[in-house]
Amino acid sequence: MKLSRKEVRHIARLARLGLTEAEVANLREQLSDILENFEMLQRVVTDDVPPTAQSIDLQNVMRNDEVDPSRPPTEILANAPRREGDCFRVRAVLE
Amino acid sequence: MTRAYLERISRVEPEVRAIITVTDELALKRAQKADKLIASGGDAGPLIGIPVLIKDVMCTKGVRTTCGSKMLENFVPIYDATVVEKLNDSGAVLLGKANMDEFAMGSSTENSSLFPTHNPWDLSRVPGGSSGGSAAAVAAGETVYALGSDTGGSIRQPAGFCSVVGLKPTYGLVSRYGLVAFASSLDQIGPLTQDVIDCALVMNAIAGYDRRDATSVPYDTPDYTRSLVADIKGLRLGIPREYFVVGMPAGVARAMKTAISKLEELGAEVDWEVSLPHTPCALAVYYIIAPSEASANLARYDGVKYGFSYQAESMWEAMEKTRESGFGAEVKRRIMLGTYALSAGYYDAYYLKAQKVRTLIRREFGRAFEKYDALITPTSPTVPFKVGEKVDDPLQMYSSDVCTMPVNIAGLPAISIPAGFVDGLPVGLQIIGKPFSEETILKIAYAYEQATGWHKRKPNI
Repeated sequence: MKLSRKEVRHIARLARLGLTEAEVANLREQLSDILENFEMLQRVVTDDVPPTAQSIDLQNVMRNDEVDPSRPPTEILANAPRREGDCFRVRAVLE
Repeated sequence: MTRAYLERISRVEPEVRAIITVTDELALKRAQKADKLIASGGDAGPLIGIPVLIKDVMCTKGVRTTCGSKMLENFVPIYDATVVEKLNDSGAVLLGKANMDEFAMGSSTENSSLFPTHNPWDLSRVPGGSSGGSAAAVAAGETVYALGSDTGGSIRQPAGFCSVVGLKPTYGLVSRYGLVAFASSLDQIGPLTQDVIDCALVMNAIAGYDRRDATSVPYDTPDYTRSLVADIKGLRLGIPREYFVVGMPAGVARAMKTAISKLEELGAEVDWEVSLPHTPCALAVYYIIAPSEASANLARYDGVKYGFSYQAESMWEAMEKTRESGFGAEVKRRIMLGTYALSAGYYDAYYLKAQKVRTLIRREFGRAFEKYDALITPTSPTVPFKVGEKVDDPLQMYSSDVCTMPVNIAGLPAISIPAGFVDGLPVGLQIIGKPFSEETILKIAYAYEQATGWHKRKPNI
């Protein structure tokens, strides 16, 4: 089963990932191949097997509710592509 | 010493290309500081004044950290990763930042957006990846040791390809704070060194609990150098047959048999007939779980807070174009795979299924470790391949990590050590241990190294 161009575009949109037409064509082939390879997992019996999210036994690690000093805004903003005063400058979400 | 290494770097780097950023001024400053401390009779540990190279995926305060990506080409971290902080405290001299596959996704360092690295043993071949810069630099004598990160084999596979020692510690033993995240349930930082003694010394410096990493395990770390006793009499070693995959070149299989026979000769009890039947599932499990976690982790690259930023009118266009231009082909492929596996309608069939099979793989290892102290396998099914040989075939490239991926899936420690050569190209031996049994695998590695001396061979470069 080969992924359609529309399906590839849909996934890219979920990931907010721009793709050129050439990339879409490549990914249709490659993702289809890879997903076909994954089909082998469907033959593994996993009834009553719990999922593993990570391999250590730690759960719900909380830090103490104590105030730590924050980093100064000048440092936090040092790598910002666009800024305004002590803020990151973003584009309008609602138009 | 630092000067000698900086000279060596400028001599071999045009051919090997293992380093993205050389921090020469900073290195000389740190070296002078170390000299002063040693001269004043201060408390100097074993790493003081010793040059180190750090994979460019770990944050270094004030030193550009690119992750091998156009996305972070000009990113300068405002803090040090915990491992960097610990090495600084040990008096280490940072020589620079090592090349890598973009965001640590790859097995050849050809996915670096900056330039590919070459294998010092044969410049027409890849050094492995994703910590290819770290491994090649250690092999080419450009640094005493390096740090790498390993999500599916990214320390061990290049260590094997470049004939150096590479250890992936137990998940949770070394802090991931300041390591740019790829797949958070699999990533671990570890050393790449010239021999097993150095590996133990570096582990002494970087292992241990860190409250800034929520997956750091409170564990009382031992002095790893104390396990360097070349005595493995009576240790029970298992050889899982599934790791001798179909299509493995006869030379590699022969080199492995010779290496394992050596361990037997040294007094280990070797069981050649172990089976871990879920091993062939590891590739699919890994390539569902790792890209899924990556697709979430890499959502942060939106062109707003740091990194590459495409200027466009609307928010969505700016974000999509930022990610289109900032990420390379392999990173896009994994984001797409992960997003697909997590998307509505496919979550159960892919992601949840992979997590269940992950449980089966862990259980299988757990049962094996009731009978054996360690498992011995090849690090890779092949010798280093040619530059360009696998770039157009993702599945072929992914298959070069079949022997290392199961270890990350189960969170186990494993080391790759030099185990000889096939037609002049290095092969690595992988020793896998139960969680937190770094001392056992270091002991086996040390005994083998002492008995064979493969680590003393250096490439002609």
